Amino acid sequence: MVNLVINGLPVRVEEGTTVLEAAQFMGFPIPTLCHNEGLTPYGACRLCVVEIGDAPKSKLVSSCTYPATEGLHVRTGSKRVVRARKMILELLLASCPQSKTIQDLAAAHGVRQQRFRQEYEDCILCGLCVRMCAEQMAAKAIGFRGRGERRTIGTPFNVQSDVCRLCGACMYICPACELRCTYNEPEKAVCGGCENISPPCIAKEGFNDLMCYMDPCVACEIEHEREETR
Amino acid sequence: MQRLTSTDQLQSLQRRLHDQAGPGCPTLVIPAGTCGRASGAMAVIEAARDTVRERGLTDSIRLRVTGCHGFCQMEPSVLVEPERTFYPQVDAESIVRIISAVAEGKVLDDLLPTDPDTGEPVRCQEALPFFRTQVRTILGRSEHIDPTRVETSLAAGAYSALAKALERGAPSWVLDEVQASGIRGRGGAGFPTGVKWGMLAKQPGPHGKFLVCNADEGDPGAYMDRSVLEGNPHSIIEGMLLGAFATGATEGIMYVRNEYPLAIEHLNLALDQARALGLLGNDILGSGFSFDIAMVKGAGAFVCGEETALIRSIEGKMGEPRQRPPFPIQKGIDGKPTCINNVETWANIPIIIGRGADEFAKVGTSGNAGTKIFSLVGKIRNTGLVEVPMGTPIRAILEEIGGGPADTAPIKAVQTGGPSGGCIPADRFDLQIDYDSLAAAGSIMGSGGMIVLDEHTCMVDLARYFMRFLKDESCGKCFACRKGTQRMFEILDDIASGDGTPEHLDLLEELALVVKDTAMCGLGQTAPNPVLSTLRYFRDEYRAHIDHKQCPAGVCKALITYSIDADACKGCHACVRACPADAIAGEPKEPHRIDPAACIRCGACVTACKFQAITVA
Repeated sequence: MVNLVINGLPVRVEEGTTVLEAAQFMGFPIPTLCHNEGLTPYGACRLCVVEIGDAPKSKLVSSCTYPATEGLHVRTGSKRVVRARKMILELLLASCPQSKTIQDLAAAHGVRQQRFRQEYEDCILCGLCVRMCAEQMAAKAIGFRGRGERRTIGTPFNVQSDVCRLCGACMYICPACELRCTYNEPEKAVCGGCENISPPCIAKEGFNDLMCYMDPCVACEIEHEREETR
Repeated sequence: MQRLTSTDQLQSLQRRLHDQAGPGCPTLVIPAGTCGRASGAMAVIEAARDTVRERGLTDSIRLRVTGCHGFCQMEPSVLVEPERTFYPQVDAESIVRIISAVAEGKVLDDLLPTDPDTGEPVRCQEALPFFRTQVRTILGRSEHIDPTRVETSLAAGAYSALAKALERGAPSWVLDEVQASGIRGRGGAGFPTGVKWGMLAKQPGPHGKFLVCNADEGDPGAYMDRSVLEGNPHSIIEGMLLGAFATGATEGIMYVRNEYPLAIEHLNLALDQARALGLLGNDILGSGFSFDIAMVKGAGAFVCGEETALIRSIEGKMGEPRQRPPFPIQKGIDGKPTCINNVETWANIPIIIGRGADEFAKVGTSGNAGTKIFSLVGKIRNTGLVEVPMGTPIRAILEEIGGGPADTAPIKAVQTGGPSGGCIPADRFDLQIDYDSLAAAGSIMGSGGMIVLDEHTCMVDLARYFMRFLKDESCGKCFACRKGTQRMFEILDDIASGDGTPEHLDLLEELALVVKDTAMCGLGQTAPNPVLSTLRYFRDEYRAHIDHKQCPAGVCKALITYSIDADACKGCHACVRACPADAIAGEPKEPHRIDPAACIRCGACVTACKFQAITVA
């Protein structure tokens, strides 16, 4: 067993556990896009970054690939982590605003602006489909090609693969194309839809002691943020 | 050549070869590395061979073709031993004259370089300002070695450090020496080599352990590893042998990029020669110690210089990094412990063992021992490879060795460490060059690139150049690096095109800091350095591009206009003939005019004008 400290809370986990698993087990929410329990960690989306170690030598690492080690100090929501996460989400919105998964994440993390030139790409190259195809379907029909901005996912030479069984697992697991955001202003990256939801927990004033079980609730968080800025 | 079965046999062979090569007749040393060949060294060598043969001087004049000596700008050059006369920029005709002069024991003063201060011809290489203050521990050895002939390497003392270690018989002694020398990895990060080796030695390796020589040098403008690979391949083999002896590694790999055909040729030759001599393979020099080195050619991806990507490339997979831990020292090639060191680090090992750790540590500063090779290029008078002790101030390299600016424009900054490095402005040139000072100044040592920039270099354009390189060379695995470099390039491109806004600057800085923080590997984590360091020291230039839509250096095409000074223009038509866009018009002997709409801002007219009548603003 390994002992570590996450957000000040001592945690005891089995050896071989990743920081992400340990944090999720303790109920600390860490957003991910390229992680799936059934697949090997990849560390590509960089959303799950957490801060480890103590200042001034602390650093950000992807929690999905970092093993829980004895005495490790982890912060999942420090200023540095939040700043990084928001920027990554802004970059994601700038490239792939049609994904509901990304819009929801952006809303939940208070990303209210997108300052880059808008693109409309379909794929965020998280690699979930490649790993799904190789590890769970044992087909290895698709893979990465090229590098940098020319990196794509597909079959060799772009021809119908002999080993592809058309099982659809790649489509099932895709976080970008699985759900389309149905927002009505496609020229704007940040969807207005979710922002206009009123908190579902009825008139809160009369029930101040009421325990809300919807956590995190996007509508509530947006409301809080508005109050703060006011 | 016969296989050697003991250190005694090696030493007697070395002595015999040394005596044979010893001082006798004068020798013409002609460097013919890739740099020398590019400037025509092969024609000079051919002419020299023919002349010596025709005149029947084969017994009285020797010829030695070596790797690069460092002063690449002056190549093809000839060094005449034993006087060490240095003739720069020799051609097929002047080499004939030089041979006649050497045969008569004379020196040709008109072909010698002149001292910039006195104007007198300089007779000895070491008296030249370029060489005077260098400490050429590694590069100096290349002068004595014909890389295709193992005899010259052995005569110059190759493998004597290995013999010394094998005679002692204690791997821990080699490890202690390397640790005591304080050498830090020459690949850029500056991790203590001895500590890394100690970790490898402690790793259990039931299925073997790997040593890798990282020769995937990919920084634009840097080529010191190439010159060591080409000029002295046996020093790297010997370094790796010592590393294997110290750490118990069983297999070695040279990872060389395919763009270095001459280095690959020389290394393959050297590996074959070492195997034939029993210096590689089973039971080396009868000591029972076995080690062999295989060659892996990289396909030229910049990211494969990163340890984990290099390992994947060696395994035959796509060259992309993975998150550490586990570190390569725990799980590397095929899951076996792997220690990766840079070419220059390996070349330093025989020197440490041969001379002793204390002797090595005397050079440089504490915490930064030894010498470092820099590739000095850009807007500087003397370009080439420069080897100086660690801790040498930047100013000393630029002014004494480099000879000051190449042009009339003063030097503005130097860019160190390649695309992952940053710019050091002129007011900080007293900075001592070592790993820690450079990091504190916002740059890195990197593998040793040093690009000199003058007032005609635009820092926004420079940052944009490096960002274009990085966005193309990012493997694309992690989102922060892939999109981050693309977006940084996009913003820099906007600023350089005159579309920049003050908000762009804040966004650029914010993005750069996040990419530095969140990227997976060294490439991504250091990719924002060109942006951050130029923003730190040259924010004024960014502001000029954004607020005034001006490029102070006159580089960014969208922000400059070419015009002709009517008073200075003589109407000679030279610019009209030079202009590829037919944008200049005017009657002969009358001042000409440039049509700004047709002008493509190529600068051909500026070069063509003899009266400095064309201004850029």
